[in-house]
Amino acid sequence: MTILVIQILNSLFYAAVLFLIAAGLSLIYGVMRIVNLAHGTLYALGAYVSAWIVGSAFGHFMSGTLGLVGLLLLLPLGAVAIAAVGAAIEPTLLRPLYRRPEEYHLLLTFGLLMILEDVMKLLFGGTPLSAGSIMDHMGSIPIGRLIYPAYNLFVIGIGLFAAVGLWWFIYRTKFGVILRATSQDRRMAAALGINVGLVYVQAFAIGCFMAGLGGAVVVPAQAAVLGMGVDALILSFVVIVIGGLGSLEGALVGALIVSFVRTAGIQFFPEIELAVLYLIAAAVLMIRPTGLFGRA
Amino acid sequence: MTMAPNRTGPSIPRLFGVAVVVLIVLAILPYVVDVYQTQLLTYGMVFAIAALGFNLLLGYTGLLSFGHSAYFGTGAYTVAFIVRDLGAHSMELCILGGLLGTFVVAALFGYVCVRHTRIFFGILTLALSQVLWSLAFKFFWVTGGTDGIRVASANLTLLGGLVDFKGRGAFQRFVFAYYYYVLVLFAVSVVVMWMIVHSPFGKALQAIRDNEVRAGFVGIPVRRYRWIAFVISGLFTGLAGILWVPLNGLTTPDILYWPFSGEIVFMAVLGGFRNFTGPIVGALAFNYLKTYAVASSEYWQLLLGLVLVVLVLVLPTGIVGSTARLYARLFRRA
Repeated sequence: MTILVIQILNSLFYAAVLFLIAAGLSLIYGVMRIVNLAHGTLYALGAYVSAWIVGSAFGHFMSGTLGLVGLLLLLPLGAVAIAAVGAAIEPTLLRPLYRRPEEYHLLLTFGLLMILEDVMKLLFGGTPLSAGSIMDHMGSIPIGRLIYPAYNLFVIGIGLFAAVGLWWFIYRTKFGVILRATSQDRRMAAALGINVGLVYVQAFAIGCFMAGLGGAVVVPAQAAVLGMGVDALILSFVVIVIGGLGSLEGALVGALIVSFVRTAGIQFFPEIELAVLYLIAAAVLMIRPTGLFGRA
Repeated sequence: MTMAPNRTGPSIPRLFGVAVVVLIVLAILPYVVDVYQTQLLTYGMVFAIAALGFNLLLGYTGLLSFGHSAYFGTGAYTVAFIVRDLGAHSMELCILGGLLGTFVVAALFGYVCVRHTRIFFGILTLALSQVLWSLAFKFFWVTGGTDGIRVASANLTLLGGLVDFKGRGAFQRFVFAYYYYVLVLFAVSVVVMWMIVHSPFGKALQAIRDNEVRAGFVGIPVRRYRWIAFVISGLFTGLAGILWVPLNGLTTPDILYWPFSGEIVFMAVLGGFRNFTGPIVGALAFNYLKTYAVASSEYWQLLLGLVLVVLVLVLPTGIVGSTARLYARLFRRA
């Protein structure tokens, strides 16, 4: 029973991280119709930047000038940095491509992936970078006869908060209306006086922020390593394919499905754990190409 | 971007002449350059076969596959299994077995994938290729996991046992003989592909690429033709994977992982996927570019990424397309 609770919590933790990444990917596709192959790498960059910031500030924490809350508040700085990177990429590299076929979007973002992977290596070196100090100092809570890190519960909370926040932002604010209008009909939105270029920059930056936040919350639990982005990209692809490209609810449900299947897979069928996920994605694409929640 | 492949290509005798000259140069090269260069060129030709196959889908059928690593890898792993588990030595047997394996996988995956086009096709091919990658990665007692499977060139014979590689100087002899082996298969592949894209079937594929609905109304069975194109494309890439294994001496899950699919796309775009020769030139160029970038810098990915970004933004028609346009402009001015 205790094991089951812990496994469910693990799945939820994993779902929260996956949701953050996939929601950003989905948002970017939904608004701009761009499949960003560099998205996973932006997540990894977020993890590195956050770990680096926390690592630099750790001395202040130990000397008592910075509390645990302060250290936690430093984490999102990594996400902000990634949002800034996104805001720089969109107008310079992506904007010339909107009129061109999709092949070029994939190629350009693939090139971006290669560049960013090496930029990370250049900036942070090949050794894993961790912010584990946060997790250590948050302690753990007892579950049955076992203990569970409190930080994981914190991340699940962040995931929930992000899901609700994003939903509110897209469906309940004026900017959300503009965003949805632009995603449905770009030219009509422009004709109504919306600055479409600005909306695109903002949407891309928000998507990148989500990826960066995913990296920021994961890095106290798992060290940032080279290559983590490439793996994460494919899993978040699976998530949004299951949920539906461009759908927020889809990203949430997809993240939950992928996490629970993966946790069950590691427990019961470890050899084909990944293969099952890809097969589920392929099956969804075959039966219902727009995903569970996608529109045509 | 309306330039169709070979719409205003040179005449067939002239094309034949150029091909013969290129072939003669390639045949003489191993006598001029050293072993390393010979080996490098063999790699280049192997990748050229892969890119040529890939481009039947992208350039001629208008489908961007982001999962061609699956067929390259299937070919490679089938050869490794044949050599390791069946104890076979004949390279010809490996090729037959590898093509059979690739055929099965490509036919199965293709049947599923051609139901979709555009971005869904790309994601579906990617997802399916990753199924194979995760299997090769996880079933380590079958595939050796990340260690891969070793295929020693000393265990192989070419031309049904006529050429073997035992005793002293075996490695040099292997590189030399294998170069010609690959060269012949490369030439055959190019000729076969040229015949395919200039056949009525090839023209039908181009019609599908340009206007799917109209092609359907004319009476072309769109989905079946796409499927056939998919299988042919997979077989060419599979052949490349088969030929790659003895050269590399080892097959690892890396060639099934999706960034390798990205490299195949890169090759086609580097040369220019709107031309028949584009992927060939692109694969050779990519091979040199990557080899020298890896040798000269730890940050070779950065360099390749920059090349790709510049290519997409500034030279979307690739090396061949841009050269042809430059040539045409100079020619007209003169």
